Parts: sequence; C-alpha cells; structure tokens
Amino acid sequence: MIVLSSTWRDSKRHLFKFSQEMSRAGSRLDSKKVNSELFTLTYGALVAQLLKDYENIDDVNKQLERMGYNMGIRLIEDFLARTGSGRCYDFRDTAEKIQTGFKIFLGITPTITNWSTAGDEFSLCFESNPLTEFVELPDHCLNLKYCNILTGVLRGACEMVQMEVASWFVQDQLKNDSVTELRVKFIKRLEDAIPAGED
Amino acid sequence: MTSITISAIRPRTSILDKSLSKGKGEVSLSCYALLFSELVQYCQNRVYTVPELQNKLAEMGTEVGHRITDLLIVREKSGKREIKLLNALLFIKSTLWKCLFGREADKLEHANDDERTYYIIEKEALVNKFVSVPKDKGSLNCASFVAGIVEAVLCDFGFPAKVTAHWHKGTTYMVKFDDAVVARDKQLEDR
Repeated sequence: MIVLSSTWRDSKRHLFKFSQEMSRAGSRLDSKKVNSELFTLTYGALVAQLLKDYENIDDVNKQLERMGYNMGIRLIEDFLARTGSGRCYDFRDTAEKIQTGFKIFLGITPTITNWSTAGDEFSLCFESNPLTEFVELPDHCLNLKYCNILTGVLRGACEMVQMEVASWFVQDQLKNDSVTELRVKFIKRLEDAIPAGED
Repeated sequence: MTSITISAIRPRTSILDKSLSKGKGEVSLSCYALLFSELVQYCQNRVYTVPELQNKLAEMGTEVGHRITDLLIVREKSGKREIKLLNALLFIKSTLWKCLFGREADKLEHANDDERTYYIIEKEALVNKFVSVPKDKGSLNCASFVAGIVEAVLCDFGFPAKVTAHWHKGTTYMVKFDDAVVARDKQLEDR
C-alpha cells in the first residue's frame, strides 16, 4: 500500500484549486461528445502515416507514446475539472480514477484486475476499445503496439499529479488474444514537480 | 514412435465476422481535440510552409474519407451510391456531416460565376474549435483535414473534385469538380 506524503497532497490541492476554476467555465461549454468513428478513423490515419514515415516499427511505438504523453498532461486538467476529484489515498484509488477517466474520455469501462501482492501493479482489461474499432493488423505489423498512445496518456496524466507510472500491453485483441490487457505499475512519487517560485 | 501434437490455435476472427457498428459510440470532444492537435503538430514538424501543411492535413483526411465512404454506403445507403451530382453534395452536407460532426453543415451553395464550383459552409468547424492560428500563419485552416475527407468521398462516389478549406463566413469548403463531371451530369439531366 502506498501512503502519500503531505507535500504530494499540498501540490495536488494546488492543482485542484486551479481545476475548480476551469470546471466553472467548462461545465457551460463542454460536456460535448464526438462520434467515436471520427475518432477511430482519425487515429487510424495517424498511425498509418507514422508507419509510412518511420522505417522502424519500434520508432512508431515510441512516437505514439510521446503523442499520448502530450495529450495526457492536458487531459488530466480536464479530468480534475469534470470529476472534481480530490487526492488519491492509495494506488487502488488511483486505479479507480484511471478507470473513471476511460469512462469520461473514451466511453468505455475497462475492468481492474490482477493486482500484485504489493499493491503497486494492476491490469486494465478492455473488451472493446474505440481506438481499434475497424482495425486489423497486417502480418508485417505484428510488432506494432497499436494502442500505445494510451500508455503515454497514463504516463503524462499521472506525472501531472506527481506520480510516475509505467504501463505496457501484455495482451492485445489485435494479436488474437481474447482481451486487451494493459499493465500499470507505480514507480515513484515525484517530489520536484512543483513549479519554481510556488514554494 | 511418432507423437502427435495437437495444437489449440484459436481460429483467427476476421473483422468481417463482427457485425458493423451502428455508429452511436461517442468519445469526449477534448479527447478528440487533443488527438487532432497532435496530428497537426506532427504534420507541422515535417513540412516548411503553410500550403504544405494544409496538403499534408488533407492527405490524412483522405485516408479517413475513403473509409467513411465504405462505411456510410453500406450502413446508410444499403450499398448504393449517389449518381447525381446534387444528391452527392446533399449526401455530404447531411449524412456525412451528421455522422462525423453530429449535425448538418450550415449551407451548400453554387458559385454564380462557375458551374463547376460549389461551397459547403460551416460557421464553426469542429476541428477548429480549439485551434488558434498564429499570426504568421494567417491563412492556415486546419479544416483542410475535413476538406480531404470530403474530397475522398466525392472521388469515391465517382465525382472527381478538388476540395480546399478557406476562412470565409467561418470555414468554407470550396468544391471544384472536374469538367467531365459537370458534362456527365448534364447528360443525365437531359434524359
């Protein structure tokens, strides 16, 4: 079980105050939704373009992760604004909030399973996923982690609330597994992420 | 002695074994906006000028357009495509727009001075909602991506055209058909 120190809580509270301001503006404009097919196909076009531009599939995986990171560091604000959620008490709490995030942003609820005994690692299992709706991987793309953008989103979002996490796919429906399983691991608390001059 | 190995290989389920989605799924707008932003930034990093960037965006839109054509023709038109020019444009204004953006495009107009040219007008393009164009790139319209989608749909329907996005009454998509398309449509009318 991970206990969060007071510095973490303080900085989180700081972010939270900011997010409440956003939510006042946000609730008026934006509970808006977009057709998931537009999202699916846009993501598909992006992945296809990356495959054309890079020779190495590992580079494509890395680029997708980086893009996800950029999205994650901004999505977390939206998440805090919408849910008004406070600090996490432990990693199980975090897991539930990540699950809520998937519900809010992608309209899906992955199941949380396979907790490690130390409580620092769990899996998110996806039955379906708007990213992969019309997708079939050709044989020469078997190394491609098609949904790798999600690992980046988690890393970016958690980093903004002073948490370093790592995540990776252990099963993938696109590679004929029965379910897509994303493993998430808590690495450490980040101490020095408070902007200069805020202390 | 020979041993027999029995392997338990699950039959590979093809995408065609699944039933076609009804298109009711939704994701949050902010999620889409951020993805689109990444797409624009990625394109921007690989080009030097605004026209190049718009072409690149249109190219990616084309990929989306080809796929959405297949999807809509099967799901909404039970396998039949429009064969008249005006109907094809109306299909884009209403059916395509509703599918992609949840509402019809605001206006469809025919140019006074050129019978090959049509305009699809949209006050606030969804993809531009969170885009602020830097001063030095004044003419950039990221809805070039949508123009690419429209162009691909028209071409797949058999109406080759060039579609570009402009800042005019919000965003205006200028659709310029090939001469042959207009000529053929006239023949159809005469019959």
